[in-house]
Amino acid sequence: MGRRTKIENTVSLLKEKIMQAVFFIAACTSILAVALICIFLFANGIPAMVKIGLPEFLTGQIWKPGNNIYGILPMILGSICVTAGAAVIGVPIGILTAVFMAEYCPKQIYKPLKMATELLAGIPSIVYGFFGLVVLVPVIRAIFPMETDGMNILTAAILLGMMILPTIIGVSEAALRAVPRSYYEGALALGATKERSIFSVMLPAAKSGVIAAVVLGIGRAVGETMAVMMIAGNQPRMPKGILQGVRTLTTNIVLEMGYATDLHREALIATAVVLFVFILIINFAVAFLNRKAAD
Amino acid sequence: MNAIIESRNLKLWYGDHQVLKSISMEIPEHEITALIGPSGCGKSTFLKTLNRMNDLVGNVRITGEVNYNGKNIYSPEVDVTKLRREIGMVFQKPNPFPMSIYENVAYGPKTHGIRSKTELDGIVEESLKASALWEEVKDRLKTSALGLSGGQQQRLCIARAISVHPSVILMDESTASLDPVSTGKIEDLLMELKSQYTVIMVTHNMQQAVRISDRCAFFLMGELVESGSTEQLFAKPQDKRTEAYITGRFG
Ligand SMILES: Nc1ncnc2c1ncn2[C@@H]1O[C@H](COP(=O)(O)OP(=O)(O)O)[C@@H](O)[C@H]1O
Ligand SMILES: [Mg+2]
Repeated sequence: MGRRTKIENTVSLLKEKIMQAVFFIAACTSILAVALICIFLFANGIPAMVKIGLPEFLTGQIWKPGNNIYGILPMILGSICVTAGAAVIGVPIGILTAVFMAEYCPKQIYKPLKMATELLAGIPSIVYGFFGLVVLVPVIRAIFPMETDGMNILTAAILLGMMILPTIIGVSEAALRAVPRSYYEGALALGATKERSIFSVMLPAAKSGVIAAVVLGIGRAVGETMAVMMIAGNQPRMPKGILQGVRTLTTNIVLEMGYATDLHREALIATAVVLFVFILIINFAVAFLNRKAAD
Repeated sequence: MNAIIESRNLKLWYGDHQVLKSISMEIPEHEITALIGPSGCGKSTFLKTLNRMNDLVGNVRITGEVNYNGKNIYSPEVDVTKLRREIGMVFQKPNPFPMSIYENVAYGPKTHGIRSKTELDGIVEESLKASALWEEVKDRLKTSALGLSGGQQQRLCIARAISVHPSVILMDESTASLDPVSTGKIEDLLMELKSQYTVIMVTHNMQQAVRISDRCAFFLMGELVESGSTEQLFAKPQDKRTEAYITGRFG
């Protein structure tokens, strides 16, 4: 009897150990994936940066792989311009929509609106790209017939602004809903109007969540590739106005990866390293903001 | 007796559940009126009809009148923000805004258009002194109000209510979540404030009603059973149900 329990104990202990190991391995997979991506990126990208020279690579204004000239400043600026434009368009609309959904929306409208924003998040970027190509590009061309063929920073910014809306709306709305109702009642009881209560008490109280929403949206805009490639014009030159075609870091890689060899190929991987660093910075910003919000 | 607030045949329904059954009552100026009764009898609901915080609840229906200085606050031309400025409220749980102590007190005056820094400084100091909090916080006005103790937070909320110079302050069990020392401080404070303000307070604590209120109203299941001077209501209750409640036989 005593022997049996002992064996059973050992077996169940062993089972526990095995399960633990399984969980541990599962958890390791994602860490391993990140580690492998880092190693691959840096191992393949850094030699090119060294060969080209880091300053020449990062601040060079000319990208001519045929002549072995690899300056990605136009693409860095391109990504920044397009992302900033997307933020200018998407952030105010997104936050105001979140305020509407959390504070003003009648029940009957809420469900369809929520579904619409969630659906917006699920649409593949290629579909956004087609929408941009078929709708936005002709519209922009019609408005500025002399200045542009319709594929430019403005068009890309508008489309990306739409693409980051669901992120900004969803996260901001959740942040607003997490603010205690008692703040709202406290402000109203002092004679504040509904608008003032919301914009001077509720929204500031949700600030860290709203900022996180914005940063996440920006992360999405920086990394977006397909949709941008279809409507931004993709010229690798210094952007000089919002009606000029532009190439971003992501599109630079996709456009040339298919045929690039040797240093050209490595330079594209180095471009990915720069993009990766951008995304890292954004992620750290989110983590930092979340920590601050928890305090 | 000069009534500053008077309710007449006030009835209130949440959906089809009637919560207030024809309440008629006068609230005299510059006195502390306590509303007592078992929980769920409609005290908070009645209190919230006085500054129209019930407007926030969907599906509420109100008939009858609440007259403030002789005017029905439910008539359509009433500006609710102005009304709430004159009839302030302190809630059961302290609810300071997540801002600095200074900003909490300055919020109300700013809401009503005061921009001058010196004027705001003056109001903040005066309100914090009136709520007996000034000495404790004067060196940390710029720090977050959420760092204060519960009792301090509640006094801050009183300061915030005072900052817009209301004539009436409604308090819904505002000491229920506090320790005895903080409760004592707030009770002393209310005794001082009544020379300038009319206070209407809901309380679960009958000793508290006896200690500080001038008048007392006993609610039961949505009815106003009895109201009168606190002394009389506790010494010689007119209604058997009041007597049963104050002697602790139910509630
Ligand atoms: N927002 C609301 N919606 C529906 N019913 C409510 C609401 N608030 C209170 N009630 C109901 O009204 C009655 C009186 O509540 P309340 O005024 O809070 O009582 P008290 O403050 O005396 O404890 C209770 O039966 C309560 O369930
Ligand atoms: Mg109550």
